[in-house]
Amino acid sequence: MAAVTGQVGEPAVALDVDREDLDLLLLIRRFEETLLDLFAQGKLNGTTHTCLGQEYVPVALRPLLRDDDFVFSNHRGHGHYLARFGDPEGLLAEIMGREGAVCAGVGGSQHLYRDTYLSTGVQGESLPVAAGMALHMQRRGRGQLAAVFIGDGTWGEGAVYEALNMASLWRLPLLVVVEHNGIAQTTPTGLQMAGTVAGRAAAFGVRHVRVTSTDVAAIRAELAGPIADARRRPHPLVVEFETHRLGPHSKGDDTRDEAAVRRAREHDWRERYRGRFPLVFDAADRAQRERVAAAVREVEARPRSTWER
Amino acid sequence: MQAAERVAENLNRGLHTLFENDPRVYLLGEDVLDPYGGAFKVTRGLSTRYPDRVITTPISEGAIVGVGNGLALAGDRAIVEVMFGDFVTLAFDQIVNFAAKSVAMYGRRLPMHLVVRCPVGGNRGYGPTHSQCPQKHFVGVPDLALFEVSPFHDNVALLERLVGRGEPCLLFEDKGLYGERMLADGRVDELFRFDYLDTGQTVARAFVDDTAADCVIVAPGGVARRALAAARELLVELELGCQVIVPSQLYPLDLEPLLPVLERAGLVCVAEESTAGGTWGAEVARRVYDRLWGRLRRPVLLVSSRDSVIPTAPHLERDVLLQSGTITRAVGEALDA
Repeated sequence: MAAVTGQVGEPAVALDVDREDLDLLLLIRRFEETLLDLFAQGKLNGTTHTCLGQEYVPVALRPLLRDDDFVFSNHRGHGHYLARFGDPEGLLAEIMGREGAVCAGVGGSQHLYRDTYLSTGVQGESLPVAAGMALHMQRRGRGQLAAVFIGDGTWGEGAVYEALNMASLWRLPLLVVVEHNGIAQTTPTGLQMAGTVAGRAAAFGVRHVRVTSTDVAAIRAELAGPIADARRRPHPLVVEFETHRLGPHSKGDDTRDEAAVRRAREHDWRERYRGRFPLVFDAADRAQRERVAAAVREVEARPRSTWER
Repeated sequence: MQAAERVAENLNRGLHTLFENDPRVYLLGEDVLDPYGGAFKVTRGLSTRYPDRVITTPISEGAIVGVGNGLALAGDRAIVEVMFGDFVTLAFDQIVNFAAKSVAMYGRRLPMHLVVRCPVGGNRGYGPTHSQCPQKHFVGVPDLALFEVSPFHDNVALLERLVGRGEPCLLFEDKGLYGERMLADGRVDELFRFDYLDTGQTVARAFVDDTAADCVIVAPGGVARRALAAARELLVELELGCQVIVPSQLYPLDLEPLLPVLERAGLVCVAEESTAGGTWGAEVARRVYDRLWGRLRRPVLLVSSRDSVIPTAPHLERDVLLQSGTITRAVGEALDA
């Protein structure tokens, strides 16, 4: 399939769209929008961090990750979870504290564990843990890898560097996925990071790939080789996505000016996909809206979750 | 008669036994490879026999424990050696927010087989950042258990128990204890005998007279020798009968086996080497008050090191840290003897 890395403002070239991918992208988008609606209606408790604008990252990675890989997610992890399990009901039940919740409502939005997936809420903490998982996998020699999602803000944590050092030193199959959305909560990258992610990876002798496309097919074409290589000859790999957060950090805490938000929107995969696939897009979008609406109705009606300690 | 094993040798044998019996066991730490075998030689011989599973690490305590957490999450058994217990502060997040929380915060029990070994304690002139007893900083963390090595508790059995728990734990090892002999056969010396207050043999008690006591001193393993020296002095100088109780598990502490002994005591004293303030002993005292209020003859006596940094020069260090004399004086005063 012909695919090129899309530059900003230039539509990527892909000959077809996998309907499954489109459905998943739209499911995550609608799920996140719905969470913000539910918060506004006072139906959700606590906090949440949506991945609006970044949905394509885990969707692109989905077929590149194996069922026996282990995924470590972070506070902004709904898309990561949905891309791996496609289970909006379980996740919503977790967030709403209802029966059928993935973690009985104990973990909530940012602390999920299921089979080969774990998220937790402290920045940088999961990197050394993922390195340990990768060590286990390397010793087993089955070509598995540990994938860990972090943000640009996470690079402020020392744990990241301790883990990168070990991963490089010990040749661990560790895939570090950096969702570099240019803003850490309210702090732009320019105020919190000296140098670059690429430079930091290079300092540890870790291969770094920068992805600017928002096209899942193009991204896959670009990453399939490096990821397969990280499995075959175990070694760490940093994949940095230049991405854009459309929504607030959590709920109502977007301090960016309108121009900055507009610039982020210009990168939204959604409009690009709509333009490229006009025949299927609207129907797919409607279907996912209905799916999420049905999930909300169904999960809301469930009894509260119980925690069997 | 052959001399008993030293504590470090006993720990070393415990580690070798674990590695021999379970291929899932890993050990990570700084400078743990032979011929050095760890700063206190506790891992000696392990890397030679199990080169794939004994991993020497960069100086990165947080990430070492993190890697241990990853191995535990994968179903392995991870033992992490922190060279000096003071440095466990660097791994606080991995221990408290990852290891301990993962056991419960995902809504169902997730076993985490992680043991973090921490050589602790002073009286060796290592100064303020290499001499502390950080146990108190970890008291009260849900799903995190604290244990301490003692000459009464066989470390082969202890290590097997800790690795098999499925909940993370810290094992504190008093540096001064490594060179001492393990105790066996219910005999401490020509004066003191010992027994266990529970069938699992986790709570040891040393005594001259196992019936009533003027004072019962509860102490972690690292303070056991000082508590025994104080008990001897109190007996010889002041004719006060003391028993010394040494629990292997500091937290959560199962108080039940201790209660019958504490209830009959003229004084309950908790002695520890931590600096004063927010101590393990305060937690023990609170629990004792809950159970024995109205039956205690006196307030629980807490004895610890001073509320101070730990100086390097021996005369200054001795003055700050808990010594046997600290216990002797405090107990004597409390009993008006």
